[in-house]
Amino acid sequence: MIRLRSPEAWGWIALLAIGLAAPFLVYPVFAMNVLCLALFASAFNLLLGYTGLLSFGHAAFLGSAAYVTGLAARTWGWPPELSVAAGVAVATVLGWAFGSLAIRRSGIYFAMITLGFAQLVYFLVVQMSWTGGEDGLQGVPRGKALGVIPLDGQYTMYYFVFGAFLAGFWLVWRTIHSPFGQVLRAVRENEPRALSLGYDVDRYKLVAFVLSAALAGLAGSLKALVLQFASLSDVHWHRSGEVVLMTLLGGMGTVLGPSVGALLVVTLENYLPGLDALSESPSAQLRLLSRLGKLPIPVVIGGVFVVCVLAFRRGIVGELRALAARAFTAVKRPSSSTTSSE
Amino acid sequence: MTQALFGQLLVGLINGSFYALLSLGLAIIFGLLNVVNFAHGALYMMGAFAAWMLSSYLGIGYWWALLLAPLAVGIVGVVVERTMLRRLYGLDNLYGLLLTFGLTLIAEGLFHHYYGNSGNSYPVPEALQGGVNLGFMFMPIYRGWVVVVSIVVCTLSWFVIERTKLGAYLRAGTENPRLLQAFGVNVPVMFTATYGFGVALAAFAGVMAAPVYQVTPLMGSNLVIVVFAVVVIGGMGSIAGAIVTGLGLGLVEGLTKFLYPQASAVVIFVVMAIVLLIRPAGLFGRVK
Amino acid sequence: MLRIARTLALLAAAAAASGAAAQDKVSDGVVKIGVLTDMTGFYSDLAGPGSVLAVKMAAADFGGKVLGKPIEVVAADHQNKPDIASNTARKWFDEEKVDAVVDLVNSGTALAVMPVAAEKKRITLLSGPATTAITGEKCTPYNVHYTYNNWSLANGTGREVVKNGGDTWFFITADYVFGKSLEADTAKVVTESGGKVLGHALHPQSSSDFSSYLLQAQASGAKVIGMANAGADTINTIKQAKEFGVTPKQTLAGLLVFISDVHSLGLDIAKNMYLTTAFYWDRTDATRAFSKRFQSHPDNAKKAMPTMVQAGLYSAVTNYLKAIQAAGTDAADAVIAKMKATPIDDVFGKGSIGPDGLFRHDMYLVQVKTPQESKYPWDYYKIVKTIPAAQAFPSVEAQACPLVKK
Repeated sequence: MIRLRSPEAWGWIALLAIGLAAPFLVYPVFAMNVLCLALFASAFNLLLGYTGLLSFGHAAFLGSAAYVTGLAARTWGWPPELSVAAGVAVATVLGWAFGSLAIRRSGIYFAMITLGFAQLVYFLVVQMSWTGGEDGLQGVPRGKALGVIPLDGQYTMYYFVFGAFLAGFWLVWRTIHSPFGQVLRAVRENEPRALSLGYDVDRYKLVAFVLSAALAGLAGSLKALVLQFASLSDVHWHRSGEVVLMTLLGGMGTVLGPSVGALLVVTLENYLPGLDALSESPSAQLRLLSRLGKLPIPVVIGGVFVVCVLAFRRGIVGELRALAARAFTAVKRPSSSTTSSE
Repeated sequence: MTQALFGQLLVGLINGSFYALLSLGLAIIFGLLNVVNFAHGALYMMGAFAAWMLSSYLGIGYWWALLLAPLAVGIVGVVVERTMLRRLYGLDNLYGLLLTFGLTLIAEGLFHHYYGNSGNSYPVPEALQGGVNLGFMFMPIYRGWVVVVSIVVCTLSWFVIERTKLGAYLRAGTENPRLLQAFGVNVPVMFTATYGFGVALAAFAGVMAAPVYQVTPLMGSNLVIVVFAVVVIGGMGSIAGAIVTGLGLGLVEGLTKFLYPQASAVVIFVVMAIVLLIRPAGLFGRVK
Repeated sequence: MLRIARTLALLAAAAAASGAAAQDKVSDGVVKIGVLTDMTGFYSDLAGPGSVLAVKMAAADFGGKVLGKPIEVVAADHQNKPDIASNTARKWFDEEKVDAVVDLVNSGTALAVMPVAAEKKRITLLSGPATTAITGEKCTPYNVHYTYNNWSLANGTGREVVKNGGDTWFFITADYVFGKSLEADTAKVVTESGGKVLGHALHPQSSSDFSSYLLQAQASGAKVIGMANAGADTINTIKQAKEFGVTPKQTLAGLLVFISDVHSLGLDIAKNMYLTTAFYWDRTDATRAFSKRFQSHPDNAKKAMPTMVQAGLYSAVTNYLKAIQAAGTDAADAVIAKMKATPIDDVFGKGSIGPDGLFRHDMYLVQVKTPQESKYPWDYYKIVKTIPAAQAFPSVEAQACPLVKK
C-alpha cells in the first residue's frame, strides 16, 4: 500500500498532475500517442526488466489488438469500451498461445521464437483482406464513451486514454510491488535457484507473458481509436525494436523508465526535423542543435541506441535514481527494503 | 511439372548456398564470441557497396574487390570491436544485440542519405557472364560460381575452426578465456581477429551478391532476421549447423516459392519455431 | 451612452470592413504548403527531397507571393508510417497554420491524412499514391489526386502492349494490396483487349531473389511478363530477368516504373521494357526547360531529372496557387472549386480535375531505349504512344466517389 508521505505517493501525485495538465501544455494528439506507447513500453518492461525475458515480437500484440479494435469499431459498430475489450482479448489469447510455446526456451532462443511468431502474425495480417494490407484499416470511429460522451473531441479522448493508461500502469506497478513480482525478479536473477526453492518458474513466466501481452494489446487498442486507423507498421518487427529502445533508453528495471523512454522517442520521431528551423537562430548552441535536425531520423535513433548501450545502460530514470541514491546515502537510514533493480 | 520442379530446386540450392555463406560469419561471431551481431545485414550491404565504390571511384574490378572489399569492411569491424563491443563482453548478450542494432540503423541511414534508395547496378564480371542451357532451365554461370565459392569458403572455414590448432584456440577462448590467456595466448587479439573475420565474411557475401542483386542501402535489412533464423535453427554454436541449415532453407524456400510463394518470407520462421520447440539448442547446437 | 454607441458603431464598421477584406484575405497572412513525403525509405528517390524541391520551385516560379502574401514551404518525413503522417498533418493543421499538405507518396499515408484534412477543411494534393480508392470509395471533398493511379498505369501499359502484339501475359506481383490491385486492373484490360493471362506468381514485398518466379514465367511461355511491383523489387526483377535469359525472348512490362529506377539500372539491363509514364523530361521544349532547371538547381544533390511524381507535384502546386489567386482567398472550399473548374495545360500535362478530385490527363506509353539508341545522359525513353486523358483514366462513374452527385 502507498503510505501518504512516501516518495511513491509523491510520484503518483506528480504523474496524475502532469497527466491531467498535459493536453493543455502540449498538442493533445501527441500526448495521446505518448500515453499509448508508454503503456506499451511499460507492458514490455514487465517482461524484460522484471522477468528478464527479451521478447522480440511484442508488436504482434500491439498490432493485432489495434486491428481487432478497428474492425469492431468500424465494421461492427461496437462502442469504444467493447472494441477495446475485444482487442485486449485477442492480444491475451495470442499472448497465451505464443507464451506457452516460447517460455520453454530462454535467452536469445526465446527472443527468436517470439520474433518468429510475430513474423507469422505480420504475414497473416497482410493476407487477410479486411486489414486493408499496406493501405491500413482506415476510418475507425471513436464512438461514445459510456454510450453518451462522444470521443471525437481531442480533450475528451485524451482523458479517456489517460484513464485507461492509469489503469494499465497501476496494474504494472501493482504486479511489480507484489509477492508475484518478487518471484519474477528472482527468476530474472537466478532461475535455477528459484526453481530449486520450489517455485513453478514456467507458470510465473507464462503469467507475466500473458499480462504483458494483454497490456500491450490495451495500448494497441487505444492507439487505433486515437489515430483512427491501424496500419502494418504496428505489426512490423521495427515496432518491436522500437519498444526495446524505449525501455532501454528510459531504464529497464524501473517503473517509470519505459514511459520516459516512450516520451523521448516519440518526441524525437516527430519533432527532430523541426529542429532544422533553429538553423537561423542567433544562438550558436541552438544552431548546433539544428544540425541534428538535418540528420536522417534512423541515424539519430541508432546513435541514441549506441550511446545508451555503451554509457547509459541503466537508462535515464535508472541513472537519475542512482544519482539520487548517492546524494541521499548519508541521510538514508539503513533500510531493509530492496527496491533497487538493475 | 517435374522439369519445372527441378529448376526450382536448383534455384533453391543456389540461394541456399548463398544463405550458408551469409550465415557462416554470424555463426562464427555468435559461436565463438557470444555476440549477437545484428549488424550482419548492414555489413553485407557495406561489402556490396565497397565493391561498387571500388569499381566506380577507383576502377578496380570484381576480382580484386573479392579481396579488398572484405578487407576494408573487416577493418571497420575491427574498429567497432575494439572501441565498442569489447566493453560489453562480460554482460548479457542482449547489449551486444542492441549495440549492433543501433550501428545498423546508423550505417543504413547514412548510406541511404548519400546514395538514395534505388541503389546502383553492379555488372557481372565478363568471365562469368552468360549461361548454360540445362534443358529444364537456363543456368547463369555466375550463379554456379556462387555455389562453388560458397561451398569452398564454408568448407575451409569449418575445417579451420573445427580441425586446426587455431580453431582449437578459438573454441577454447570461448569456453574459458582466462585459462587460455594463462597459457600465453593473446586472447583479446584473437577475439578482435575473429570478429573481423566474421565481418569480412559478411562483406564477402555482399561482393558475391552485388552482380545479382541491386546494390541498395536496405538490401541487408530484411535479410538479417532470416540469417538469424538460419543460425538459430542450425544451433548457435555450430558452424556446420549454419551451413547445412542455410542450404536447407534455400531448398525449403524454393519449394515454397513454387507452391505458395506468398509464404516464402515467413516459412523460415515457422520452421524455426518448430525446430526450437523440438530441439532446444537447434539442430546441431550444443546446450551450454 | 453616445460613446458606447460610437464604439459599437466603430466596432461594427471594423467588422464589416474586415469581413469585406476577408473576401480576398489569406488565412494567417501566409500560404503555407507542407510537403509530407518519404525522405528515408523506398520512395525517397522518386519523391523525397526531389518533391520538396519541386514545390519550392513552384512557389518561386509563381513569384514567391500570392494575393500579396508570402508562400512558405515546410517539409517532413513520414517514413512511410501512417501514424507519423497523420500526426504530422494534424499538428501542421492545428498548430502551424499549414493550408495544404502535398505529396503523401504511399497510399497508406495518403488514406490516413485525407480524412484529417477533410475534417479541418484543408487541401491535400496527392502525387505518388496509387490506389484508386483515393478518388473512389474513400474520396474526400478537399483532395486532388494528381499524376497517376493504379487504373491509369494498368490501362496504359496493358492495352497498348496487347495491341503491339504482346497478347499472352504472366504476372510477377508483389503480395500487397497495391500489387494485387495493379495486377487485377491490368489483367482485366489485357483480357478485354483480346489477350490472355497465363498465370501469376505472388512474392512477398522486398524480396531480393526473383529467380524462382522468373523461371515460372519462362515456363508459362507468355510473351509478356507484367511486373506488378515497384521500387527495388522491380529493379531486381528486371536485373535477374536479364541474368536468367528471360529477356529478350520475353518482353518485360513495367507497371510502375520511374525514370529513377531506369537510371539506377542502366540501359543495358532495362532496354526494350515497356512502361507507362505521366511525364518525360525530354518530351517537349517546355518539359526540357523545366527539367534542366530542376536538375541544375543547387538543392538537387544528385542532379537527377524529375520523376513524374516530382513534376506532377510542381504542376499541382502551381495550379493550386493559381486557384488561390483566381478565387481571391485560400479558403479550401473556394480553392478546390476553382481547381476543379479550371482546365490545366502546363509543362506537366493537359487535362482537368474531375468532381472526384482525380486529375485526368494524357499519359504516355514509352519503351526504354537500348544503349546504342541513347545519345546523351538521361536519354532513356522513346514515346510509343500518347494516351489521351479520356482513355487513360477511369471515368467519374467508374470511380464512384460517394461525394459526386449522380
